[in-house]
Amino acid sequence: MILDRLDPTEAEVAQATGWTLKPEGACKAEVCVPLQPSARPAPGRVDVRVLAEKLGMALVEDRARGQWALGPESGRRALTTAVLPEISLPDRHGHSFPLGSLRGTKVFMCAWASW
Amino acid sequence: MDLPVWQALRSELRPLGLEIVTVALDTRGAEAAGPWIDAAKPEHPSLIDAAHSLDALLGITNVPMGVWIDEDGVLVRPAETAFAPRTRGFGEMKLPDAAPQRLKDMLAEAAKIRVEPDEYAAALRDWVAHGKQSRFALAPDEVVRRSAARPLEASRAAASFELGQHLHRSGHVEAARPFFREAHRLQPDNWTYKREAWSLVDPLQGPTEHYDSDWLADIRRIGAENYYPKLEL
Repeated sequence: MILDRLDPTEAEVAQATGWTLKPEGACKAEVCVPLQPSARPAPGRVDVRVLAEKLGMALVEDRARGQWALGPESGRRALTTAVLPEISLPDRHGHSFPLGSLRGTKVFMCAWASW
Repeated sequence: MDLPVWQALRSELRPLGLEIVTVALDTRGAEAAGPWIDAAKPEHPSLIDAAHSLDALLGITNVPMGVWIDEDGVLVRPAETAFAPRTRGFGEMKLPDAAPQRLKDMLAEAAKIRVEPDEYAAALRDWVAHGKQSRFALAPDEVVRRSAARPLEASRAAASFELGQHLHRSGHVEAARPFFREAHRLQPDNWTYKREAWSLVDPLQGPTEHYDSDWLADIRRIGAENYYPKLEL
């Protein structure tokens, strides 16, 4: 997740990382991790330094341009849950396709590259 | 490219209830992946992930890698090498005599890469036929357990790579490279990070002054037979 400030909105964090802030803490599917109050510096905003520390997310800074990248949670496995996160990607014409629209169908998703 | 093969498999399995989704991991987006997609004429969703977001979300470290998702949106197999049911392997490809020696050397190494296309396609067909009863459909806990280990270094590699990509796309090509190099150092077995960055400098992913490694040197170092881990179906 690319950041130009360290207190993005909860919605931005949820969309980029799959972690949503709830009263019980940061949650992804059935997994919830308690957070201290300082994780919410203002209504609707998240202090990513607190979130990063709690979830083992790397925060890498590009000091020259005043921006950061927040890595995924770490410490265990790549997947926290088997529930597929909400993923929406564009086709070659730029039209966004939400994978959730395929609910009710078995899906085989394969990553490839031109390189 | 495997796209035409996936399209053929889709024609076979779509009437039986499977949809195929292909996702191109390409920093240069439609400019790079679009011509391949156009040529394959896929009938299935053929998407582009210019930010490599699937790398971090699912633990993808090379291509081709795939996941299986059931009707409820639950993964029944984590990211793993997804061999296309090829009609021929790398070893059967021929280059003209006048081809550069480097290309010949690359093809010679590629010919040694272990591929297991028949086993993978057979497992996929079994799951389509038997659903949850298929022995290849894993329980949620097993899916999580089999997904790649993620130490803090892998998270730092992902963040470094994302920042590098962001800078590259923003036109800060030189500024992007230290972040790509850091991602390579932190997670040396992530081929998507390496091959993408190499190819942004040299389409043949050869040695340059910008990176400490290249495809041919790296595959010789690890042994081509280890390029893809053995399938654990």
